[in-house]
Amino acid sequence: MNKDRVKDLALLPAHRLHELIVSGETTSLEITESVLANIERRDPVIKAYLTVLRDSALRAADRVDRKVKAGERINPLSGIPLALKDNMCMIGTETTCSSRILKGFVSPYDAAVVERLLAVDSVIVGKTNLDEFAMGSSTENSAFGPTRNPWDPERAPGGSSGGSAAAVTAGEAILALGSDTGGSIRQPAAFCGIVGLKPTYGRVSRYGLVAFASSLDQIGPLTRDVTDCALLMNVIGGHDSRDSTSAEIECPNFTKSLTTDIRGLKMGVPREYFQEGLDPEVERSIKGAIKLLEEFGAESVEISLPHYGYALAVYYIVAPAEASSNLARYDGVKYGYRHPERENLLDMYCKTKSEGFGPEVKRRIMLGTFALSSGYYDAYYLKAQKVRTLIKNDFDQAFKKCDIVMIPTTPTPAFLIGEKVDDPLQMYLSDVFTLSVNLTGLPGMVIPCGFSSGRLPIGLQMIGRAFDEKTLFRAAYTFEQNTDHHKQTPDFSKIER
Amino acid sequence: MKITREMIDHVAKLARLKFGERELEGFISQLNEILQYVEKLNELDTSGVPPTSHMFFEKTPMREDKVRDVPSPTDKLIENAPRREENFYVVPRVIE
Repeated sequence: MNKDRVKDLALLPAHRLHELIVSGETTSLEITESVLANIERRDPVIKAYLTVLRDSALRAADRVDRKVKAGERINPLSGIPLALKDNMCMIGTETTCSSRILKGFVSPYDAAVVERLLAVDSVIVGKTNLDEFAMGSSTENSAFGPTRNPWDPERAPGGSSGGSAAAVTAGEAILALGSDTGGSIRQPAAFCGIVGLKPTYGRVSRYGLVAFASSLDQIGPLTRDVTDCALLMNVIGGHDSRDSTSAEIECPNFTKSLTTDIRGLKMGVPREYFQEGLDPEVERSIKGAIKLLEEFGAESVEISLPHYGYALAVYYIVAPAEASSNLARYDGVKYGYRHPERENLLDMYCKTKSEGFGPEVKRRIMLGTFALSSGYYDAYYLKAQKVRTLIKNDFDQAFKKCDIVMIPTTPTPAFLIGEKVDDPLQMYLSDVFTLSVNLTGLPGMVIPCGFSSGRLPIGLQMIGRAFDEKTLFRAAYTFEQNTDHHKQTPDFSKIER
Repeated sequence: MKITREMIDHVAKLARLKFGERELEGFISQLNEILQYVEKLNELDTSGVPPTSHMFFEKTPMREDKVRDVPSPTDKLIENAPRREENFYVVPRVIE
């Protein structure tokens, strides 16, 4: 097989590769090797990975190939190389959360999503970079350095699942898992021009996901197209008693929702999301996408989400408050980094945390500790929780008029590395369109819907009713079947060594 | 509401964090900027509005209290400790 063909293999979606594996035209080993070759060639520039699991990936691929040879039935994701965000545990691998404080921590157990992936013989190629403890929107807050956007290495891939998104975009993985607390799957998907889904809160087990903000965190797929997203959801979705917030609701077969019949679908277009601050190219692209779906029988209705402008303020109380509680466990006793202080326990705690956490994590711990502290709890935390109710009520009202809400994912395409990193509030504002989905627990899907004049991807965000990912899949699939944005690839010559 | 040096010192103590002078100055102005932004929540009248913590969470799920297979034996867990002796975590002396 010639070299060009091998290079192309790593850029195909999983469902195509599955066909090629089953028909004997290629093998999992060949696909895995071409993914590993791309990592070798491109990751010195992109820096998507913190750990590459070369040997175990090749062994897993070989196992699948032997099953195929023996005529065994395999899952569509069997033998397909997948990248895991490095805040999910996998036995025998380091789980760093891109933090110095987890130095040396080796996962003693598998996350539920990893168990499910391994059960279908998924080939886990490695663990990807993120903003420290998933706190950030650019992957610049990683203790191990930033990941770069394959479309333009001077730009951020988004965050916090920037490593996972960049890996899929650069052909360094076929698909990936990320986690989304305020937009951490959807914003990188938009910046990198791929599909990202934050499922409904409770849809995917978080057992083995390192906790950031427990009332907001959710695991979800980052993939090349909508079909792959459905296939990955079919593997990871469903109840798990080890996560007490896991929903006891049956997880449908999402591939059944991959139809192009959207006649009568009501798309809500909230006027508040199309105001000042929105890049005109992004606006044009999102409106164009809505228009295209209208041509296929969907109907758009104007809606209002009046408390939209308060989501960021609510988020930056709720998320840091929960984080300050969740991160209290990193004290240098049971795992990770410990300061060598041997005399005083309290000093050991303080020095360990102060040296182990990076500046953004410390900023959020301080903010959260303040918001929960005696005398300020009612004014900040409780107030934020009440406004959260108002935001939820807005969506309840909106879904009386529509089946799906259509909005931009980000105010602008990918920003430059270094552009916002010194101004926390500016960085937070880049998440302004994605936060409400986490605060309300609703499912949100992002699909590529166009490019800027500078050839940077733009992502359409669709929000559904709770546990109604099916409608998102139907609309997304219809859009994708009638466009080719998802087939575009970056100019790899710029990122290859 | 403006965060003062005294408040920051108190919160840092609660959070078990220590900062250098310059780091502290930076934090005070950044936290003040963020809190000033958050003040906008006070524009809303929330009297009578119940707080929301979890979206679809009705009750704590209960399970039978019985011994199950642990995902990882004790020695695997304790291997991650930065300092240990046999099967014990070692910390600085707590009681004189």
